[in-house]
Amino acid sequence: MSAALSIKSLTKIYANNFYALKAIDLSVEEGDFFALLGSNGAGKTTAIGIICGLLNKTQGDIQILGLNQNTHTNDIKRLIGLMPQEFNFNPFEPIEEILINQAGYYGISRADAKVQTEILLKKMQLWDKRADIAKSLSGGMKRRLMLARALVHQPKILILDEPTAGVDVEIRRSMWSYLKELNRSGVTIILTTHYLEEAESLCRNIAILNEGKVVEQTSMKKLLAKVSHQVLILESLSVLPERIKQTQFSCERLDDYTLQVTLESNTSITDVLQSLSKQGISVDHIRSTQNRLEILFLHLTNTAV
Amino acid sequence: MWIAYKTIVIKEILRFSRIWVQTIFPPIITTLLYLLIFGGLMGQRIGLMQGVDYLHFIIPGVILMTVIQNSYANTVASFFLAKFNHSIEEILVSPVPYWVILLGYVSGGVARGFVVGMGVFFTVSFFVDFEIYSIPITLVTFLLTAILFSLAGFINAVFAQSFDDISIVPTFILMPMIYLGGMFYSVEILPEFWQSVSQFNPIYYMVDSFRLGLLGVSTVDFTISLSMLLAMIIILVTMSLALLKKGVNIRT
Repeated sequence: MSAALSIKSLTKIYANNFYALKAIDLSVEEGDFFALLGSNGAGKTTAIGIICGLLNKTQGDIQILGLNQNTHTNDIKRLIGLMPQEFNFNPFEPIEEILINQAGYYGISRADAKVQTEILLKKMQLWDKRADIAKSLSGGMKRRLMLARALVHQPKILILDEPTAGVDVEIRRSMWSYLKELNRSGVTIILTTHYLEEAESLCRNIAILNEGKVVEQTSMKKLLAKVSHQVLILESLSVLPERIKQTQFSCERLDDYTLQVTLESNTSITDVLQSLSKQGISVDHIRSTQNRLEILFLHLTNTAV
Repeated sequence: MWIAYKTIVIKEILRFSRIWVQTIFPPIITTLLYLLIFGGLMGQRIGLMQGVDYLHFIIPGVILMTVIQNSYANTVASFFLAKFNHSIEEILVSPVPYWVILLGYVSGGVARGFVVGMGVFFTVSFFVDFEIYSIPITLVTFLLTAILFSLAGFINAVFAQSFDDISIVPTFILMPMIYLGGMFYSVEILPEFWQSVSQFNPIYYMVDSFRLGLLGVSTVDFTISLSMLLAMIIILVTMSLALLKKGVNIRT
């Protein structure tokens, strides 16, 4: 399978001499669901801007599905759909027109664009609002409008820059399920998000940017396997004994019903539950204090908690 | 290319049509006031200008002024707002060539100039009787003027960083050039020095050609005016394309 996106030594220096990207290398396979993570100012949006032609690169090489950006600028633009982080539509334009116009920029006739617009707006539950101006939509609706707009020309690669920021849980879940459906249909998806749970549940491969450098690029599975320990909260309906025997794990009794367990990577939760069960402790509820990816992310980006 | 061009033009026409109360209606009212006050009331005391009664004399200038202002205003406002609300990115991420973007915006400006110009023309025709001397000269001058000032508005929008920047040029440069370009008077009545200064004002040539087309009177040879207009259009097209290609204020 060829690379959907291949970046070599991509560097971006802004006019104020700020190095936003420091010779980054990145590769995304065709059909992948790829997470590009990093804290604010890490260079994610700059990289996306350069890939999509919104920013000029200082140096480096970008290939999209085997096409070089320098020589096939417009061919590449046809292959990519971008849902940016900031709202970037005319707030006074009716939403149906926003989509039809966007399709027009890609050379899709008005008749075909209308059909595609109807499909997408219905999918995004915005069809009833089609005549409304974009300004009147809620934050979540605006995000869905931008997703629909990114898909109107049926791109092969979809780049989502924080797609679910400010979107309520229910809509976020439905967007996730739609994105998975798109990915299954063959669309390569590159996602940046601050919701690490989102990246963990959707993406197969991941790169982490920190201060303009790629500090990690691997599969989500391999990355998560690097988690050295995990902190879990176990809740019991019956009163916990004062002393708990700890062999394969360490734990702390938070109150009469709650236990905080620190699990090393070589210990499974089954071992812990079995050990507790032998001591007559029944666990009714388990929750993690921190997302596993979050632990790694903070470690790799040296971010203080 | 054709579909992308058509999309930009339709979007531009819909934009100014939706806000017709701001874009189409006011110039018609303003023009009628100009004609009533300067032409109707004061004109009778002024008498003839270049052998034409004053009311008829100012009609070409007044119509062309609305064309200049509206063509300019359309591209400057539309492109600056697209930059301001970032909706310009919708076009920049798509495979629309720069020359199509420019052509689309300029066509939008010409369309507004045409709609408002025709609106003013028909309103004037309703109150004042006159025959057009040469339809081809009138249309060519009208079209080239609208193209030129749509381009000028586009360049202003590219450089503009704030709303102040899109009003400074029309107020402090465009308006004096229009008023000093022989809209209300014949350059022949000026002292020799100011007649020479007027030769450097491009609007003088446009108003003169338009007056030739509508009334059949002029002070400059039409071919000179036409050459001036074409030369300025070529210069501004070259500048606009270079700015777009370089991404000045639209791509860092």
